[in-house]
Amino acid sequence: MLDLLISTVTQGCIYALLSYGIYITYQILDFPDLTVDGSFPLGAAVTAVLLTNGCNPYLTLLAATACGALAGLATGLIHVRLHVRDLLAGIITMTALFSINLQIAGSNLPVERTFDTIFTAAPTMAVLGGANLMVRKLILSGILALIGKLLLDWYLKTKSGLLLRATGNNAALVTTLARDKGAMKILGLVIANSFVALSGCIVCQEQRAFSATMGTGQMVFGLAAVIIGSTIFKRVSFVKGTTAALVGSILYKACIQVAISLGLPANLLKLITAVLFLLVLVIGNLKKEASRHAGA
Amino acid sequence: MLELEHISKIYNPGTITETCLFDDFSLSIEKGSFVSVVGSNGSGKTSMLNIICGSIPVSAGRVLIGGQDIGKIKEFERYRSIGRVYQNPALGTCPDLTILENMSLADNKGKKYGLGTGINHKREDSYRAQLKELGLGLEDKLNVRIGSLSGGQRQAVAMLMATMTPIDFLILDEHTAALDPKTADVIMELTDRIVREKGLTAVMVTHNLRYAVQYGDRLLMMDRGRTVMDRSGEEKKKTSVQDVLQMFNQISIECGN
Repeated sequence: MLDLLISTVTQGCIYALLSYGIYITYQILDFPDLTVDGSFPLGAAVTAVLLTNGCNPYLTLLAATACGALAGLATGLIHVRLHVRDLLAGIITMTALFSINLQIAGSNLPVERTFDTIFTAAPTMAVLGGANLMVRKLILSGILALIGKLLLDWYLKTKSGLLLRATGNNAALVTTLARDKGAMKILGLVIANSFVALSGCIVCQEQRAFSATMGTGQMVFGLAAVIIGSTIFKRVSFVKGTTAALVGSILYKACIQVAISLGLPANLLKLITAVLFLLVLVIGNLKKEASRHAGA
Repeated sequence: MLELEHISKIYNPGTITETCLFDDFSLSIEKGSFVSVVGSNGSGKTSMLNIICGSIPVSAGRVLIGGQDIGKIKEFERYRSIGRVYQNPALGTCPDLTILENMSLADNKGKKYGLGTGINHKREDSYRAQLKELGLGLEDKLNVRIGSLSGGQRQAVAMLMATMTPIDFLILDEHTAALDPKTADVIMELTDRIVREKGLTAVMVTHNLRYAVQYGDRLLMMDRGRTVMDRSGEEKKKTSVQDVLQMFNQISIECGN
C-alpha cells in the first residue's frame, strides 16, 4: 500500500512537469497545444538513445529540454508565421514528431540496467545512497518538480513573463505596447514544450524504456491535471497556478491508480483517462452554471 | 506631421462584395493638433485610424510620419510612437492582471521585456498618484484584478496606460462610446488634460457631437470615404453642435435616407 502511494506521488511529480507545460499553453496562452503528444515521447526518445550510448544521465535532462524547445518552436512558427490554426499547427508537429521519434529511437528502446539513470548515477547515490530506489525516485522527482515550479513562478513574475500572461489575456494590448504578440506566443510554446520533453525524459529514466506510443493522451492528461488543480483551488487566491497543476497532476495519477487497483485492464487505461477528463470538464461546467445562477 | 497621401482602400477586391471605401483620400494633421472626427457608420472613421496604425493594409497610397513613409513598418512597431484607446474598455487592459501589473507593463513600453522583475515597486507611488488624480478611488486598489473594475474605471486606467511612456500620437477610437454620460465626461476631461500636458498629436473618433465641438482644435466630418467638413482655428471655435448636426442631416439626405 505504501509502495503504491510512493509510486503514485512519484508519477504525479514527474508528470507535473508536463502539466506546467500545459498550464502555460492552455491556461496562460489559451492555446490548445497538441504538440505535447509528440514532444513528450521526443524527450524520452532522445534520453533513451543518449543513455544507451553512455551519456551522462544529468545531461540528458538538458538535451531533452532543448529538443522540446525545438518542437515548440516548430509549432509556434507554423502557427504564427505560416498562419495555420493553433490546433492544426500542433497536430502537424505531433504527427511529424511520431516519425522523427521512430527515427531517433525506433519503436521501442529499453535502457538496460547496465546504464545509469539520474536515479542510480554516482552523484545521486552519494547524497541519497541510504534510501532504496523507490524512495530515491520519489525524492528526486519531487525535487525536480519543485525546481520546475519555482523556475516557472519566477519567470512569470519577470517582465517577459508578465508580457506572456498579457499575450494570452489580451493580445491587442501587447500590440499597442509595441511588442510582437506572435513572438510571445512562440516563446510560450517553446517554454511549454521544454517542460513537456523534460517530463518525457524523466519518465524514460524512471521506467527505463522508450516506446513510440507513449505520447498518446499526454495532452489530455496534462489538461485534466491543470483543470482539476485550478478547480480545487479556485477560491484560494494565494495558491499559484503551478502549485495547482502539481497537485492536480498527483491527484489525477491517483485516480488512475485507483482504477487500475480495482482491476482495470491496462489496455483500457487511455479510455479511463478520457472518461475521467470528460467527467472533470462536465463537473467544471456544472459548477460554473451553478455559480452563475447563484450570482444572478 | 502625420499625412495620408492618396489613400485608396478596397475591401474584398475581386469579389462580388467588393467595396471601395477610400478613393484617393488625403489628409494631413499638424504636429500637436487635436483632431475630432465625426461621421455616420461606415464613413471610414475607424478604417482611417486602422490605416494610420497599420492594423489594415491600404490598396494604394502612402502614410507618412514627419515626411517618412511608414508603409513598410509593421503594426506593432508603429505603436512605439502611438498610443491607442479603443471603444471597448476590455481592449486597453489585461483583465486577469492587477492594476499594478497592468501599469508596470505599460510603463515598460519602448524598453526590453527581459528577465528583470516585472513590477518595479519604486514606481508604485507614482502609479498611485496618477490613479488618485482620476478621482475614482483606484489608488487603493493597486492589487485588484482589472477585470473586476467597472467599464469606466477600466477605460480610465487604459487611458493612463496608453499615455504613460513618451509617445507622439494618441489614437482614440470612440473611447467614450461604451460609458455612461457622467463617466464619459470624466474620461473626456482626462483625455483633454493628457493631450495638452504631453503635447500629443491626437485623433479622436467620436459619435458625441458635443465632445467633437467642445474639445480639440480641428473638426473633421467624414462621409463615404471623403472629408465633407474640415474646420480648424477660429472657424472651429465658432462651430456649434447645431452646425454639425445640420451638415449631418444634409449628407444623410444626399444618401437618400
